[in-house]
Amino acid sequence: MAGFHIVVCGGMVPDPLQSLEPVVGPDGPALKNEAMLPMVLDPWAAHSLYEAAHLAAHAPGSKVWLVSLGPKARLQQLMMSIAQKVSFELVALDGAAGGFSDAYEIARALAEAIEGIPDLDRTRLLLFGGCASAARDAGVTMSMVAERLGLTEQFLGVDMLETDGDRLRIKERVEGGRYRISECDAPPAMLAWATGTLPIPPNNPQLGMQNMRSIMPALARAKSIPLGSGDVAFGAVERPVQRRETRVVKDMPPEDIAREIVAWMREG
Amino acid sequence: MSTVETERTPAYLTTLPGDDVRQIMWRFADRYDLQMLVQSSRTVARGPVARVVAEGGRNTHEWSAAKQSLLQAYDDAGLTTLSVEPEYGGFITGPKNMAMALAAFELAWVDGGAATSSLATHLALAPIHEKGTAEQCSKYMGGCVPPRPGENRPHLRGAFALTEPIPFAGVQTRSLAGKVRVEAWNEGEEPLLRVEKRGRFITNMDFANFVTAAVDSDDERIKGSCMVILEEGDPGTFDRGAATRKLVHQLSSTRDPIFNMVVPASRIIGGYTIQDGVIVPNVDHNEVIRAVFRRTRVTVGLMTAAKLVSAIEPVIRYHRNRFRGGPSETPGSPRYELGLQQKEDVLHRLIEVWATGEASASLGFATARFFDDFDPLDHRREEIFETHEIPEGRAGLRALNQVIPQAVEFVELSGRPAAVRDGARYEELAGDELIEFLVGDALANVLCPACKLWNTGHGATMMREAVSLMGGYGITEDCPGFLGQKWMDAQLEATYEGPEAVQRRQLSLTMTNEIFLAQFGQWILELRRIAGRRPGTGACTLASAMELWLWTIRRLQKAKDADGKALYGDKRQGVTFPLADALCWLLASRFQILDVLELEEKTAGSEGEEATEAMQGLVHFFSDLAHTQAARAAGEVDRICTDLLYGYNRHPHWDSEYAFPRGDLESLETVMPGIAACSERDAIDEDGSHAPKAGPCVRFAGMETFQALRAKLGGCGTGSGLAKDRAAHALANVMIPEAQDYPA
Ligand SMILES: Cc1cc2nc3c(=O)[nH]c(=O)nc-3n(C[C@H](O)[C@H](O)[C@H](O)COP(=O)(O)OP(=O)(O)OC[C@H]3O[C@@H](n4cnc5c(N)ncnc54)[C@H](O)[C@@H]3O)c2cc1C
Repeated sequence: MAGFHIVVCGGMVPDPLQSLEPVVGPDGPALKNEAMLPMVLDPWAAHSLYEAAHLAAHAPGSKVWLVSLGPKARLQQLMMSIAQKVSFELVALDGAAGGFSDAYEIARALAEAIEGIPDLDRTRLLLFGGCASAARDAGVTMSMVAERLGLTEQFLGVDMLETDGDRLRIKERVEGGRYRISECDAPPAMLAWATGTLPIPPNNPQLGMQNMRSIMPALARAKSIPLGSGDVAFGAVERPVQRRETRVVKDMPPEDIAREIVAWMREG
Repeated sequence: MSTVETERTPAYLTTLPGDDVRQIMWRFADRYDLQMLVQSSRTVARGPVARVVAEGGRNTHEWSAAKQSLLQAYDDAGLTTLSVEPEYGGFITGPKNMAMALAAFELAWVDGGAATSSLATHLALAPIHEKGTAEQCSKYMGGCVPPRPGENRPHLRGAFALTEPIPFAGVQTRSLAGKVRVEAWNEGEEPLLRVEKRGRFITNMDFANFVTAAVDSDDERIKGSCMVILEEGDPGTFDRGAATRKLVHQLSSTRDPIFNMVVPASRIIGGYTIQDGVIVPNVDHNEVIRAVFRRTRVTVGLMTAAKLVSAIEPVIRYHRNRFRGGPSETPGSPRYELGLQQKEDVLHRLIEVWATGEASASLGFATARFFDDFDPLDHRREEIFETHEIPEGRAGLRALNQVIPQAVEFVELSGRPAAVRDGARYEELAGDELIEFLVGDALANVLCPACKLWNTGHGATMMREAVSLMGGYGITEDCPGFLGQKWMDAQLEATYEGPEAVQRRQLSLTMTNEIFLAQFGQWILELRRIAGRRPGTGACTLASAMELWLWTIRRLQKAKDADGKALYGDKRQGVTFPLADALCWLLASRFQILDVLELEEKTAGSEGEEATEAMQGLVHFFSDLAHTQAARAAGEVDRICTDLLYGYNRHPHWDSEYAFPRGDLESLETVMPGIAACSERDAIDEDGSHAPKAGPCVRFAGMETFQALRAKLGGCGTGSGLAKDRAAHALANVMIPEAQDYPA
């Protein structure tokens, strides 16, 4: 068993608890006060990172890289928490992370960075990432990266991966709230994860300090990636209209809650 | 009077300050270990700790499974090993004051008891860390590191036992009821000691399996006092005692334990020697606790600071949303959008809470950093004294007094620009470690008690303000941000590790150290320079207030009261204590201003134009906060100094020499024209009647300088109201997260 070379693509997004307000600035659409909002690793990509680390820990000889595109200083902030969770090597790309960049351009930058990883064994490659993003949710980035890298085995909305070290058994979310289970003989493959099954690992500053030894040089090396909105023109940006009715209840069985929510949706 | 209008700069407060901002202000932007520690402490605080609180885990003083589960969370997040040296399994190299401060800040952001629980482990280890032998360090520090999977050894958790049941050690810790005697001492063997100690309010006692206890000798074969380590498995009684029925910090464990155990003499912290058949501990208990509290008290000060800053977001959210959902409140209407923030008072009061939080955080982190810098030198005190042939005891004090003038000279030279000072002399003094030590020691002896006293004491008062801004919600368990609990908890922070009186007592001795006062004088000059290049931070106001304080303490040191008794002295706590309080206000405000300047300097070229502008906006807001706080500090200092300088004189009465018989006045008028008019209201008529007032007016001979300084200080407050208005206005516009990031 030779292990896997797992490359996780994960960008950053504003902390989901923040108030997000789209505005149109001189350079196109952006988020209000974006430069000051705390960022987190895109939640779906984060799940895939935890899955990658878990898989690597159980498949000797494996290695994990995290490829991330974002403003360098903010990437560094992000690493202060992410680097404490699992072991990985960072490949950093310095560029905007506003959620309005074009997926095509981002995919190109990510694919080029992956091609440039020394010692990456493309025959053992598992390309991981999120099936969607908390930023704008185009949901196409991972497929584009995979295409560029020539990966034809692609799985979207993955929640589980089982492997004997070669064969992959993958559970994907499909339409209608159902799962599809596929088998794939061997890597390489691309898996764009949904939530997976693992909890968020606790922070471990000791592990973080170890990771930082390679992360700081990686940040220093980060290539600058110019991103425009390409040929894409945004007509308008707005937040989806929310309808929120809050009621605090305690000790209500989940079935009753579900029933009530469904009734509420039907009525709306 | 001319007024200077400061123009409202376009960029101001846009969002609440994030980690990037704090790392710069509190100077750990280049310390990844600390940044990670912040993240890991925060995850524990806003995750498991907040859940236990939200589920009512605080509603009992008994230890519970839920509280116990948090110990594991602290272990996992690296908090348990925080104070442990890397050679014994810790992960932070070098001094750990900032690390402890940041971890406590993050935990107390949610719950003070969690912070205390985590801190108490370090408190138990601190005597060993500071003064223990190499074997003791290895055994207990190594033992406190959580065992790794597969590692078969007990996990040590400690408690620190100093306080005793009434009527014994509390605030006064010099004499102890806890005793140590020789139990057995066989020829050529290590003596065995019997230790009897009863503790009161001892943290961690539900689960501690070792205790560092302060005891006094009850045996002529043991000299003086010491601290000893007791282990649960030692022969004798290790009774955890009754749980303290405390009203605060419920996530920590507190009990009144009883120990009566036999331990080998090697458990004396710092070791011992045998001299003429007597066991002589290398360090007495006073020396140990001085070294310990000097550091751990700073950590406590930061707990209260965290609570104040943590209150800002929940209060803004509550005020803004207060009327939403009502039938007539439509989006876009001021009542809907701003809610209670339409009212100036709530904004102003919240600004005061915030400004206090910032000032106390600045003071606390500056003190923690100071100790990180000073620790290596501090730990070499004995060696430095030996090199300079400073003996122990009174002779030593006399020898040190000889060096003080040089230390003062050094401080003054340090304050001068290199171009104009006597460079050779400066270099000569700078190269002297004893001088360096004395300067550091003088600062340490002021900063530590100042931070503990002001942050917790005044912090508790301001926490009450935060609670009241939440209305009835504030004093319920459901209050977002647990503000009610935080208010009450602050009172414990003001009490344990030495209540306010202890800090004031220490300050009343240390703030008159000439080296400190010289440093203080330099700070005044520094603030004027700052004000010159960067108006608007309150630096000038603060410098004026500092001048007033300095003048006052100098005067009070020599002054006597109306009965001829000296005013400044050990017994005159009514004088020394308020002066100590006043000093704290000044120090906190100074460090707050310095942190704002640091932010300004370091963010001048933040990545991207938008970032730079947003950061500069934040700098403007923080400047206004600092200005508000400086004005408040100035007011406090003015009040205290005035009270003290006038209050101990006796008011002249109508039969004193200050009252003039009207007849005398009239005849004096012929030789001193005008005197009658001046003293008219102090005249007594023949029938004994006089103006309706308490007595002839007070004369102010010798107080002219003070009055001039006071008058100036009043004027120096110019603009502070505008600063407060601007800051308050920003609260109504700042973008806050949609929801709080921990449960309520
Ligand atoms: C929850 C909790 C946890 C604690 N944890 C620990 C622990 O782990 N280990 C430990 O050893 N102790 C611990 N303590 C004890 C704590 O440090 C003491 O309560 C504190 O030092 C004060 O002592 P006291 O309560 O005996 O107050 P007292 O000595 O009775 O003082 C009461 C008050 O009298 C006044 N006063 C007393 N002396 C003077 C003076 N000289 N000048 C002016 N005013 C004075 C002050 O206002 C003071 O606050 C804890 C206490 C609590 C409540």
